[in-house]
Amino acid sequence: MIVLLGVLVVIVGFATRRNPLLVVGVAGIATGLLAKLSPQQILAAFGDGFASSRSVTIFVITLPVIGLLERNGLQEQARTLIGRLGKLTTGRFLALYLLLRQLTAALGLTSIGGPAQSVRPMVAPMAEGAAERRHGPLPERIRERIRSYSSSADTVGLFFGEDCFLAIGSILLITGFVNSTYHTHLEPLQLALWAIPTAVCAFLIHGFRLLRLDRSLDRDLAAPGGRSAADGSHTAEAAK
Amino acid sequence: MIKAEWFYWLVGAVFLAMAAQMAVDRSNPKRHGSAAFWGLLGACFFYSSWVVEKKAPAEPLGVAVLAMVCLGGFQLTGRGVPRTTTPEQRTASAARLGSRLFVPALTIPLVAVVCASAVKHWRIGGEPLLEAGSETILGLGFGAIAGLAVAMVVVRERRPTVPLHAGRNLLESMGWALLLPQLLAVLGSIFQVAGVGEQVGKITEQMLPDGQKYVAVAVYCVGMALFTVIMGNAFAAFPVMTAAIGWPVLIQQMHGDPPLVLAVGMLAGFCGTLVTPMAANFNLVPAALLELKDQYGPIKAQLPTAGALLVCNIVIISLFAF
Repeated sequence: MIVLLGVLVVIVGFATRRNPLLVVGVAGIATGLLAKLSPQQILAAFGDGFASSRSVTIFVITLPVIGLLERNGLQEQARTLIGRLGKLTTGRFLALYLLLRQLTAALGLTSIGGPAQSVRPMVAPMAEGAAERRHGPLPERIRERIRSYSSSADTVGLFFGEDCFLAIGSILLITGFVNSTYHTHLEPLQLALWAIPTAVCAFLIHGFRLLRLDRSLDRDLAAPGGRSAADGSHTAEAAK
Repeated sequence: MIKAEWFYWLVGAVFLAMAAQMAVDRSNPKRHGSAAFWGLLGACFFYSSWVVEKKAPAEPLGVAVLAMVCLGGFQLTGRGVPRTTTPEQRTASAARLGSRLFVPALTIPLVAVVCASAVKHWRIGGEPLLEAGSETILGLGFGAIAGLAVAMVVVRERRPTVPLHAGRNLLESMGWALLLPQLLAVLGSIFQVAGVGEQVGKITEQMLPDGQKYVAVAVYCVGMALFTVIMGNAFAAFPVMTAAIGWPVLIQQMHGDPPLVLAVGMLAGFCGTLVTPMAANFNLVPAALLELKDQYGPIKAQLPTAGALLVCNIVIISLFAF
């Protein structure tokens, strides 16, 4: 039972926001000592673990390609593509972004989106813009909700798209860990294929919730502010 | 036969080349620390080959790993000023090249899939062309090389140092975090050696009615999600829960399909990532970037989806794994 203290080290370490590298390093050493391994055995465990999990880090080989393309406007081109979809409602736009994010992540293009690269500069402003076009100026509370949903579309799309790509860290972690620990043989491709059903569910569920966002915005913005559905253009004009 | 180790050496060489660039990059205030960290990582990729073949002791590699932990953990690495194009240049280039820019990026997964499915069966003199069992990894390597070649043609770049510098910028911006997934895998294997999974397994067995397939599936998935909420990372939860219940109970005892159980189990962990503030980079950082008053806004937007998807994952394993 005492080896479970190693898990506790991880929990406390992450909870107190220590540097994750140090947390994991200390938890590894502590667990090894608790399991009565000698210092030499612990070092060997770190070494063996590193050697057999190298496949997790090999995606680095793709960075020069992505870097070269970004230098030449890859993100700008992605922005242009998304910009062409601008004349949509908030929910439809976000659902479409979710789909794009999932599809590109499934092709390994995980760094195309992200909170800093795409959500703040592009997705959230466009989602808000779509709502403003329909309802006029937005109350702070609604603005926050739209931004939160913009972030969620990006995160859900990334999480449940990337595992369909076989060279992503999590897939390689599974094969690395299982193949070395249980002396078996799993292929990344088999794992990536079984990520597809969940990816489809994720798109249907989150996509549906994003589309429902439109209706909840209609309801919240139409009800107390009075008749904006009927003379929405007037209210919007007056508010300017 | 083309060996996977050759590809690891290529990755190691890329790290070493980038470390050399960092060592002379005076715009990086911590250039020596950075160069040491990435150089050590590159060297470890080479040395690991002998450790895997049991031709060299693993202890020196363990020392190197701990040295990297210290370099990264005590903030001794930094980044230089990226040498890149201006936004105006990028916009002009994007307008000129259009969606051709996506072609090299798409080449990588395409080649990887072709290698993993078709080239896998090619033989020369009775021996497989690609090392058996490493087709996907080698495919990624060939995909990256092919993608780079296509990219150089598409953007009409002749100097090989340009993509190397561009890749190094991305590497520096990720920083030590790049080592974390691999280190979590190391932690998982140490937990394994120390028997953490067995202990968690004993606890779950005591609570689990015997032979209840669907209860076991639910325990595995919910356990993955909960552990992920606690540790903030599905990568850290995966080795523990898999050693505790995924492998011994679902796969060995109940003969579940390993790739299915493990792939979907990891995705159940991702449901936990969606709702934990511990996964700061996905949940709290966006809230800060978007200047939200409620820092849990994204988590609230994701919570119902995460719950529903967890149920989906349990159903998928229950329906298809046995």
